Amino acid sequence: MADLKTNFLGIESPNPFWLASAPPTDKEYNVRRAFEAGWGGVVWKTLGAEGPPVVNVNGPRYGAIWGADRRLLGLNNIELITDRPLETNLEEITRVKKDYPDRAIIVSLMVPCEEAAWKAILPRVAETGADGIELNFGCPHGMAERGMGSAVGQVPEYIEMVTRWCKENYDKPVIVKLTPNITDVRFPARAAKAGGADAVSLINTINSIVSVDLDQMAPEPIIGDKGTHGGYCGPAVKPIAMNMVAEIARCPQTHGLPISAIGGITTWRDAAEFMALGAGNVQVCTAAMTYGFKIVEEMISGLSQWMDEKGYTSTEDFIGMAVPNVTDWQYLNLNSVSKAKIDQDACIKCGRCYAACEDTSHQAIAMSEDRTFTVKDDECVACNLCVNVCPVENCISMVELQPGELDERTGETVSAEYANWTTHPNNPSAQAAE
Amino acid sequence: MAQGQTAPGIVSGRLSSEDIAANFDDLHPAYAPHEAAVAADRCYFCYDAPCVTACPTDIDIPLFIRQIQTGHAQAAAKTILDQNILGGMCARVCPTETLCEEACVRETAEGKPVEIGRLQRYATDTVMAAGVHPFERAASTGKTVAVVGAGPAGLACAHRLAMLGHDVVIHEAREKAGGLNEFGIAAYKSTENYAEAEVDWLLKIGGITIENGSALGRGVTLDGLRDAYDAVFLSIGLGGVNALRAEGEDKDGVRDAVDFIADLRQAADLSALPVGRNVVVIGGGMTAVDAAVQSKLLGAENVTIAYRRGREAMGASRFEQDLAASKGVKLMFNVQPVAVHGNGAATEIELEYTSSAGGELTGTGETTRLAADQVFKAIGQTLEGAPSELALDGRKIAVTGAGRTSVNGVWAGGDCAAGGDDLTVTAVAEGRDAAMDIHEAMKG
Repeated sequence: MADLKTNFLGIESPNPFWLASAPPTDKEYNVRRAFEAGWGGVVWKTLGAEGPPVVNVNGPRYGAIWGADRRLLGLNNIELITDRPLETNLEEITRVKKDYPDRAIIVSLMVPCEEAAWKAILPRVAETGADGIELNFGCPHGMAERGMGSAVGQVPEYIEMVTRWCKENYDKPVIVKLTPNITDVRFPARAAKAGGADAVSLINTINSIVSVDLDQMAPEPIIGDKGTHGGYCGPAVKPIAMNMVAEIARCPQTHGLPISAIGGITTWRDAAEFMALGAGNVQVCTAAMTYGFKIVEEMISGLSQWMDEKGYTSTEDFIGMAVPNVTDWQYLNLNSVSKAKIDQDACIKCGRCYAACEDTSHQAIAMSEDRTFTVKDDECVACNLCVNVCPVENCISMVELQPGELDERTGETVSAEYANWTTHPNNPSAQAAE
Repeated sequence: MAQGQTAPGIVSGRLSSEDIAANFDDLHPAYAPHEAAVAADRCYFCYDAPCVTACPTDIDIPLFIRQIQTGHAQAAAKTILDQNILGGMCARVCPTETLCEEACVRETAEGKPVEIGRLQRYATDTVMAAGVHPFERAASTGKTVAVVGAGPAGLACAHRLAMLGHDVVIHEAREKAGGLNEFGIAAYKSTENYAEAEVDWLLKIGGITIENGSALGRGVTLDGLRDAYDAVFLSIGLGGVNALRAEGEDKDGVRDAVDFIADLRQAADLSALPVGRNVVVIGGGMTAVDAAVQSKLLGAENVTIAYRRGREAMGASRFEQDLAASKGVKLMFNVQPVAVHGNGAATEIELEYTSSAGGELTGTGETTRLAADQVFKAIGQTLEGAPSELALDGRKIAVTGAGRTSVNGVWAGGDCAAGGDDLTVTAVAEGRDAAMDIHEAMKG
């Protein structure tokens, strides 16, 4: 079995699966259970400044989106940072770290945007023996209204400033957790780097309303008769998170900045995908909240098996491997021509490809009297919609034409040359290929 | 105290009342809401869906399933009932395995079709449970139509005509409406008196009067009906039963399977219904399976279906054959009855093996005997009491188009009319389509 041991910012953990700062890591009891279950590390649920703790609502904190069989696809929460006294959390962190020296413990922090507040809490955290800190610049609800969380994360200058304070007043790694509720994630990532961050972690939850109760006419979860926007997470957010991770990984200014990926990671494959896009490790929350801590066993065995199959002996072997293949649209090869092909033996004749193509796309699929569906090569633009709506895996595939073959749609012979939009004659700002 | 399965002769109470009640429980239990949502989600919403093509009443199956999936089971029911007013019963009795579910692409893909029948039942049950009748009558046209026979075809025809604003009188020979839904069909497919409840619900449309005890030759004649009404629809079913043409078929213990099933369906207490220890059912259709399985469920020790051709020629679907086998019914193929033996009452049946060459069935001369104190004939029903002025097509009333007979102003549908598969669902389609044709014709 491949060794999953990871070294992230010099912090070693037996595997790359950490629990994200969230309810599962709010207490010693939960964290001990997590470590016993096999999690490689935790980011302890966000601590606030000394003084009376925050209060949470006393009604429902979560809302959800489900598949037909109640599979949880997306979760939304309006919970705040820890509502337990600072001292209690610090004592518990100290005890747990002492008992689990081989596991990573990162402490998530959120205090007012004043240097004094950070200077006050950082030494206290250092005393616990925790391996590092994560700056919560992400929570989109409640704390943001008080000038913290995503209110900081949405202003790159603040990110840089607070990160710098932390680096100046704390010796161990500083991870900056980013909010996705911004226009371009590269700006806050660059700011974190400029402030001296050792790494960024992303994404925090996405501003959301998951559902509206059409009888009460209020967004869910409803507290009394009102609801508010919450933070969206779970499998549904994974594509958004992966793009943001990739953007930071391939941006020349932030390339190489370590990334701890968060966002809907539920299986080993999700983790592998994020790591291929440049993440050094991953953080999990919703999957654990849905299935319990035991789910890490599948992640560990699955990732090991896949690494064995691929011949990777360390996670370092594949981290970032997909990054060079993420590019801008303008650099895609316009001379790469594909056509959809339907495997008639696999086809079950549902006609979804036909409806999709005929009604909403390019009228490139023919339907015969006996429900045989075939692709019209002279109409097919290889959009892939038929593949996506087909209920049978591998029934429809995209077959790339070889150089020299005729593209029946354009009447042109497929070229072996690479050519993209930057040099295309239709591009008003095309530069002549030199 | 139960008499036991080995008690000789034809006796009642072979099993305890509890066992009999359990045996006759719903064959396909109703879905709970979550089950229905999950089952509905399996539908691929096919383009020009094969299941719709396979449905004799052309129900928009993908649409009604999607309506269930999105939480509107009553709207789903309306989609079903628009096409098939007896959609509730059809959900229970349709051989879906040879109709919509056989055509389902998921049957092709994985051998597990979307459970269309159970979903249809889920939808229609919600409307029945709510006591809602989702159709309203059009303004009265002043036209009147006589329907003869209150089976599926007659009821479907009457409902559609009533909805279109015509007044309908159904002449029904029996004391209850429903036809084979009420008197035929296995009890475990129509539990909790469903057939009767469905008729009551159907009649909520208004404008339909049922005259029980009235039939052609019993109070009314075709000429009389033609004079008194603007149109006549005949849905008189098949009242006769084919003879065995075997020696000794008049012995006690030999009877028509349809009569046994009718008795069973009307019995207030199934533990009081007599059944033989050794039952042999002659035939290979749905009626044969219904009679055989129910005999077994009543406590008969040995039940055999004896069919003169091979399994592949059997009218009952493979699902029905497997159901029979799972209940302990033995299926014998390529045997035909030659004699019923016994001193006054049947004790044995003698069967001759058959072989078929070029479609011709011949006895091989080799015979075997089975113990048989009860023999049910389920070898097909025949048209009985059809007015002589109607032209026949083979042994049924000849029709053209949407059920037009050779006599002007007279339509026919259901089992008595030529064509169709003798299924409830086919009868409903024929009744409905004839009603539309009658409606057009009466406009003049």
